[in-house]
Amino acid sequence: MNLSDHLPAFLVMIPLLGAFLTPLAASFGKTVRSVFFVLFMSLILLTGISICASTFGGNILVYVMGAENFSLTLPSGMSYPVRILFEIDAAGALMILCVAIAAFAGALFSVAYMDRFSGWKRFMALYFLLSAGALGMCATGDLFNFFVFVEVSSIASFGLVAFWRDKPEAIEAGFKYMLVSQIAAMLLLIAIGTLYGKYNAVNMGALSSMMRYGTLERIVLAILISVLAFKCGAFPIHTWMPDAYAETPSGVTCLLVTVSQASFYGLIRVCFSLFPGIAGGGMVAWILIVLGCMSMFFGVLMAVVQHEIKRLMGYHSISQVGYMLLAMGVGLLALGNGEKMAEYGLTAMKGGLFHVMNYSFYKALLFLCAGALYYATGTRDLDKMGGLARNMPWTAGMFVIAASAISGLPPFNGFMSKWMIYESSFAVHPILPAVAMITSVLTLASFAKVFQAAFLGPAKADFVAVREVPAFMLAGMAVLTVMTLLLTLFPGWFTGNLFEKAAEALLNQRGYIDAVLGGM
Amino acid sequence: MKPLSVIVTSICDVFAWFMIVFGVYVINNGHNTPGGGFQGGAIVATFLSFMLVAYGGKRFFAWARAGVYGFLEFVGLAAFFVFGCFGFPRSFFFNSLAIPLGGQVLSEWIPYCGTISLMNVAVGFEVVGALSLVVIEMYESIHMIDTGAGMGGERGHDRFDR
Repeated sequence: MNLSDHLPAFLVMIPLLGAFLTPLAASFGKTVRSVFFVLFMSLILLTGISICASTFGGNILVYVMGAENFSLTLPSGMSYPVRILFEIDAAGALMILCVAIAAFAGALFSVAYMDRFSGWKRFMALYFLLSAGALGMCATGDLFNFFVFVEVSSIASFGLVAFWRDKPEAIEAGFKYMLVSQIAAMLLLIAIGTLYGKYNAVNMGALSSMMRYGTLERIVLAILISVLAFKCGAFPIHTWMPDAYAETPSGVTCLLVTVSQASFYGLIRVCFSLFPGIAGGGMVAWILIVLGCMSMFFGVLMAVVQHEIKRLMGYHSISQVGYMLLAMGVGLLALGNGEKMAEYGLTAMKGGLFHVMNYSFYKALLFLCAGALYYATGTRDLDKMGGLARNMPWTAGMFVIAASAISGLPPFNGFMSKWMIYESSFAVHPILPAVAMITSVLTLASFAKVFQAAFLGPAKADFVAVREVPAFMLAGMAVLTVMTLLLTLFPGWFTGNLFEKAAEALLNQRGYIDAVLGGM
Repeated sequence: MKPLSVIVTSICDVFAWFMIVFGVYVINNGHNTPGGGFQGGAIVATFLSFMLVAYGGKRFFAWARAGVYGFLEFVGLAAFFVFGCFGFPRSFFFNSLAIPLGGQVLSEWIPYCGTISLMNVAVGFEVVGALSLVVIEMYESIHMIDTGAGMGGERGHDRFDR
């Protein structure tokens, strides 16, 4: 058996097996439990990297579950696929890499962070399920399985958001997330069911080849955009995000950041591969641009007034999603027009995808830093912290790197992706980069406040005995710091080999269809 | 929760066991008729609810062994995964045990529909375990609120040693 042929299946099999074996592994004590957790997350990371490497040359990986042969997309002379089908191109592989790295870092961090708490069996099982859901969302090639993976990740998230069930705030956040998430999931199912009713297919490649752009399709697209924009935390349907991010254990928040990015991937996949005829060039593109600007601006405005570190970062997440929506909106505006695409569309898409990866790493790192502060001080209130840089130099150093990157300070990776977005959106209208730059300045102000409040100033009497967090937590943070620095040091390599390929894959609708239908 | 009348408990004595038999039938016959692991498992899991409603909390806790249901859940999930792996090297979930039309029957112990019926059984185990655990957890919470036992104390994963 050639293992590399089955990589897409391993991507979901490994976390599911991890979840199923968790009760057994957790019963053998702390050391076995920790080794098992890290080992399985390492295997997921290895699979993610292998998949990414396999799609380097523009390949599209197709895997059919339950078929006589893993690549048999059209069994028994059928004209469209009927089985569970994974289709991973460069864009999907990019997202898989982000999820796998963040999940690995979050797991390393959680080994020490969650050691104080009981309930490890549930925590690990839900963490594995959340990883499986997010990876499945990026790998799947059909809409119904996308819905299934959204539900897998959502249900795991509900449990993890409300993990500290003795805290009313955690229960409230979990319940709020569950309520709005389930409404969104039902709407998603209605939209998919509508397409199935009309076209008798749920495979995205097959649907894309048959799509006729009528009123029904426009309604379905409107529902899909609303639901997926909600799931990735766009304004004005963002309210679940700060609560959920604040109350979740930090190792999980790190992964939740990339889960929201998996929804963002679903959004761009739907726009570029399924409905390019409606989404490209017109109103839909402008809706994304406006949603992006509003998310950026209002997200950061709400963030600057926060005093609770994880809530503050939660609002910044809304703001960061705004940059990506703006970039993809600009890309969509140029879709179908070769001249505009060459002039600014492709740059916007590359910048947007660059920002997706940046955000996945520096934002996850910031949440881990917030978790480290909570671990050491027992509070998330910035007003109660102070002078911690002396006692926690490593955490302070990594926080500075992440904060500089998210604020768009040169030469960090955040600056580069934002610059690409400014440059390309200026070609559409000068007001767009202006909003983005104001947002960036406010982000810098906000994180300067956090750094000053938590790490600088005289040491507080309560925190004199505070020490640096355990090595496993530092290791989790170090993984994301290294990734942030790699993106900072080699932006050209990453842009040429990852983001450009991913943007081209999104634009290559014909290739996406042919990988499944075989050029029919 | 108090036990109900003799009429209810007498009917429960028959009907609760019938639900187990019927549930097992639905699980085992899922590849031929509507039903399968999830539906049959849900029917079997009503056993615990019957006992709770008819006999009340005391008898319920005599049956409610969380460890046993947890084990059922684990075995079901692990078996489902293993049956999925039978499909390799062709593909994950490929039905490698299915007997093709006109093919030779190797053993009467291998069902003609292959891994599908085995997976139904695995899912059945999982659902029986999981739904029973849900009922146990829900009743324990009600019991805790009614009696005040355990309220304000540290349960589950709420411990914070700092």
